[in-house]
Amino acid sequence: MSEILRTDVEPLVEITMRVNGVKHTAGVPTRRLLSDFLRHELRLTGTHVGCEHGVCGACTVLFDGAPMRSCLMFAVTAQDHEITTVEGLAQPVNGAETPTMSPVQQAFIECHGLQCGFCTPGFLTTITAYLKENPDPTETEAREAISGNLCRCTGYQNIVKSVLRAAEIANERGDSA
Amino acid sequence: MFGAPVQRREDPRLVSGNGRYLDDLGQDALAAAFVRSPYAHARILDIDVTDAIDIPGVIAIYTHEDLDGKTAERLPLLIPHPDLTNPMTGYCLSREVVKHVGEAVAMVVATDRYVAEDACERIKVDYEQLPVVVGLEKSRAAEVLVHAEAPGNIAAHMVQEVGDTAAAIAAAPHRLTLSLQIERSASMPMEGRGVYARWDSDEQSIRLYSSTQTSTGVRAAVAAKLGMPLAKVECIAPDVGGGFGVKIVHPWPEEVLIPWAARRLDAEVKWVEDRREHFISSAHERAQLQDIEVGFDDAGRVLGLSVKFWHDNGAYTPYGIIVPIITSTQLLGPYKPGAYRVEFFSMYTNTVMVTPYRGAGRPQGVFAMERTMDAIADYLGLDRTDVRSANFIQVEDMPYDHGLLFQDGRPLMYDSGDFPASLAKLKELVGWDDFAAYRTQAVAEGRRVGLGIGCYVEGTGVGPYEGGHIQIETSGRVNVSTGLTSQGQGHQTVFAQIVADELGVPIEDVFVTTGDTRRFGYAVGTFASRAAVISGNAIALAARSVREKALRIAGEALEVDPGDLEIIDGIVRVKGDPESSIALATVAVMSNPLRYAFDESAQAATQFAHTGAMDYSKPPVADGEEPGLEGKGYYSPTRATFANGMHAAIVETDPQTAEIKILRYCVIHDCGRMINPMIVEGQVHGGVAQGVGGALYERMVYDDAGQLLNASFMDFLMPYASEVPHIETDHLETPSPLNSLGIKGAGEAGTIPVSAVIASAIEDAEGFPITSMPISPDELWNLRRQHADGLIPDLRRGSRTMATTTRATTNATTTPNA
Amino acid sequence: MKPSTFVHHAPRSVDEALAALAEFGHDGKVLAGGQSLIPILNMRLASPGHLVDINRVAGLDMVEITPDGVHIGALVRHAQLERHDGAFAHLPLLRQALVNVAHPVIRNRGTTVGSIAHADPSGEMPAVLALTSGYVDVASSRGTRTVAAKDFFLGPLESCLAEDEMATGASFGRFPAGTGTAFAESTRRHGDYALAGVAAAVTVIDGVITAARASFVSVTPTPDVLDLSDLLAGIAPQDCDWAKASDMAIAHVDPDTDIHASADYRRMLVGVLVARVLAEAASNATASAATNATASAATDATGA
Repeated sequence: MSEILRTDVEPLVEITMRVNGVKHTAGVPTRRLLSDFLRHELRLTGTHVGCEHGVCGACTVLFDGAPMRSCLMFAVTAQDHEITTVEGLAQPVNGAETPTMSPVQQAFIECHGLQCGFCTPGFLTTITAYLKENPDPTETEAREAISGNLCRCTGYQNIVKSVLRAAEIANERGDSA
Repeated sequence: MFGAPVQRREDPRLVSGNGRYLDDLGQDALAAAFVRSPYAHARILDIDVTDAIDIPGVIAIYTHEDLDGKTAERLPLLIPHPDLTNPMTGYCLSREVVKHVGEAVAMVVATDRYVAEDACERIKVDYEQLPVVVGLEKSRAAEVLVHAEAPGNIAAHMVQEVGDTAAAIAAAPHRLTLSLQIERSASMPMEGRGVYARWDSDEQSIRLYSSTQTSTGVRAAVAAKLGMPLAKVECIAPDVGGGFGVKIVHPWPEEVLIPWAARRLDAEVKWVEDRREHFISSAHERAQLQDIEVGFDDAGRVLGLSVKFWHDNGAYTPYGIIVPIITSTQLLGPYKPGAYRVEFFSMYTNTVMVTPYRGAGRPQGVFAMERTMDAIADYLGLDRTDVRSANFIQVEDMPYDHGLLFQDGRPLMYDSGDFPASLAKLKELVGWDDFAAYRTQAVAEGRRVGLGIGCYVEGTGVGPYEGGHIQIETSGRVNVSTGLTSQGQGHQTVFAQIVADELGVPIEDVFVTTGDTRRFGYAVGTFASRAAVISGNAIALAARSVREKALRIAGEALEVDPGDLEIIDGIVRVKGDPESSIALATVAVMSNPLRYAFDESAQAATQFAHTGAMDYSKPPVADGEEPGLEGKGYYSPTRATFANGMHAAIVETDPQTAEIKILRYCVIHDCGRMINPMIVEGQVHGGVAQGVGGALYERMVYDDAGQLLNASFMDFLMPYASEVPHIETDHLETPSPLNSLGIKGAGEAGTIPVSAVIASAIEDAEGFPITSMPISPDELWNLRRQHADGLIPDLRRGSRTMATTTRATTNATTTPNA
Repeated sequence: MKPSTFVHHAPRSVDEALAALAEFGHDGKVLAGGQSLIPILNMRLASPGHLVDINRVAGLDMVEITPDGVHIGALVRHAQLERHDGAFAHLPLLRQALVNVAHPVIRNRGTTVGSIAHADPSGEMPAVLALTSGYVDVASSRGTRTVAAKDFFLGPLESCLAEDEMATGASFGRFPAGTGTAFAESTRRHGDYALAGVAAAVTVIDGVITAARASFVSVTPTPDVLDLSDLLAGIAPQDCDWAKASDMAIAHVDPDTDIHASADYRRMLVGVLVARVLAEAASNATASAATNATASAATDATGA
């Protein structure tokens, strides 16, 4: 069992995990949700919290590459795992120093796939993982792939377009989404 | 730039996770949580905090007794109205009695939200339960009162009439009555409410962040409640994750209590609501019961229309009766009935209060009118579009004065719109005249399909005003600010487009700030599809003012008449002589005579830097002038500008399971000239999705004890992408003659007619009237049984819509391509 | 909505987990996928003082194909089982049902055994366990036992697991040669809990039905199996009057009314779905019989 660090307000446990390629160690209460850990302990506020019961998907991050709801996981469970958040989606392209928008991010901008932007990080991670497995979806498949995330602003039309455009961009760039 | 589908300036930041929403701020602030009433109507006998106060990490616990000054008084009545005879608002923390499940009874401030919730759990509140009123029927019966001060549970009773409706109906060749019902839904943005306050004890001032649609409104209300000078309170709306109306209400109890606690504790305090709190303590909308009587002639022209409706306003009325007033007036849509009478009762129930949600009463009005139009068409055996056409206000009738007062207290006068053209476009888009053949084919396949239609007019761009301020820095950067707020409408882009065009600067140089009282202090807010119209025009006026000054200064420098100058890509140059030019950045330097140069470019403005002759009789800053390249403008409309739209849908219902699928959804909308068509279309899509939610999935379910049974996303069904059809859009542009940009609002367009359209389509598929929305498969299945038992009449044209088959179709039927 | 505090146990072996349960099980819960448990904790509908987080326990993430069926460990995620081609070949009903469990992202984390142990009458996998005459491997510091599906589910959200016990695995039984399966459910939205669901297995030998069984989702308090064999045996699928089977199913189930649908509506759905699913299962039986004609003898097994 992880070491208990101190007990001022409540006992803290020391955990280590890699987030966006960077190793982080922190003391957290056992009940700290992964979503809150990312946002408040690590100050990676790109992952958003919409419901805390797993339905809206705004909190979706990549956990060892697979999309999962960070509001339905405790930080202590994520110990030693690899998390990717929306902040980690941009990648260096062609050996450039600074990361550029990933194909999915770029597609959302081109296709007006976001309005208020609150649900967007959850869609971006979900779609990034989806396109890795299905690099060339049909429109029907694209719509199904995004049917586990709620958006209140866009009516989903342009998000479907963004999925298809992201596949195109990834193809153009000759790499994965 | 104006009219171009420019990519949004907001997006690069937002897609990289660099948004700054309320909970992203104040990471070190104390956290607040609330004990909320578990009962819909109860007297508070005692609040015992002894088990909670000593929990490590708990800083303070407050109840109404702790509130001082005006914070102990009721929250303000934002929009009084003479017919709102029995208004009622709540307290920041309940005083003696709670009136709905979810009312805030006690506030805990702790080191973090987890601990605060621990404390809330340990606070023991002793309640004496009182009888509960839920639903309009029970409210009307008034055996139990929500507020003793509101006899009959009536908050307001209003009648508006134009002409002698009773006589017109009596004299009409034909008459029909309808009873309709719409259920409660809610805005439900993906980000809930949140408030973050910093008390500065050196300055004795408050800086307040709130996920609000009106930072100027919150600022003024908080200053009033805390007894502070306005100058000592600033309010900023950060990135906001959706509003849709619910965040126009202010001040929420929390918007008062958080800064109050921050001041009291000399600390930063933050409250971020969770989803359950949003369900039970924010606001809902839509529930109405409607009785309609209409008299019409053989062509379906409405000679007299009498509407009586009951509006469920929940436990309190801080937003007054705006929603039912909008229902009353916007019900008329694109039509000109001979005589019109509308009467409503705004009723109290022990439920969450009701304030505007996208559409703000229009969906209910459109439902009433469009069901009536369909009923008339059915009665006469006429095409539903022909009946509507017969009632249209024509282009030559514009401007058309209905003789009523609109929600802004000004005449309901339509400025422009071409309803026949909108309808023609819609019919073409959906293939209205081809539907009969399509239906025949579908019936042969054992499928049941229907075509529906709904038309609306939307009064947008209400006042009183908005303002814009522009400042060009010596670097060439153009700062634009306006006081209203943004929740995803792309204001940082569309306002930059306007400025780029008016000033002739690259859009990359334009930076827009909204919703920050430090940057612009006079504003109303973002609601009622008004931001583009009002702030857009104000910003255009500000831009023209800056342009005029820039050209004047440049003209003097270049020794030409300002009329001979143009601005291209941020360079002021002589028309036809591009070499003779001066950068706007330099004009900005020159506009502010300096003693001290802060950088090299500023040297050009210092007192010894002039070239050429100087007129020493003139001061460096002329009389009536101000230093700097700045301009301000305000736009205050005389009345609303009226957008319109028409939707059509083809639905399929499963003959066995009554599952409902939207096969096609078509939208024609007219919001005048569009600043950014891509953004307008996005607004329409989002509105349609909310409309689909409201038509087929969303309903707030209260039990008789006033418990909200579906206070979570598991049971309050908002549509995923799988539930929203592909949306086909086309548009018209009848410019607004009321403002120089010719624009009308578009924000609510997509939502307004959807319930009417879907009801129309289902009715067309089933052959019997649909009078209550939303509708679920179970409800449709039940209606079918009632219809089969003779309890519901056929539509007169019903026989052609029934598909008699036992072939099962499923919810996963593939959509035939349009 | 934040959970109450708890002591977090992170055992690395089954024995460690069982020791923790032995001591703290009376005020504790097992945490595997958490997709059902954590919403409950977040809403403070339950506040166990201890969570035994088994996500680090070795050896629980295997999917094993045996002659008798498919055996999975407690940490097999729905997604893992869904994608497992061997499991699909051996027992297609698993994937047929799994694609209906919530949404793909939930399936990435939620575990099938966890779903079964949760015993939600709206769960798809308990119904599959019942229909396949499956078993749950139950362990405690007192020993291990295997519990048949029919004995495992006691009531809505109630399994036979004692406070100190955990489910370490589950077995889904293989169907005899000539059996086709199908699954269908009706939901309000994509991925929602089913208003009603049906899983069916139909065995077709020499062109006639020899066995037909169905289990249900959301319309029975616990998943049980309705044997329709007597009603349908000896009839060729194309000649079947599924309506009689529907009537039998409607009489068998016991749905509730809630805010999403009435009991009557759910009964009607059961009737519609049973007819559809039986027909589809029979059709799958015929199709697979045609392709596996030579292999069927070698894979004959019990399990019906």
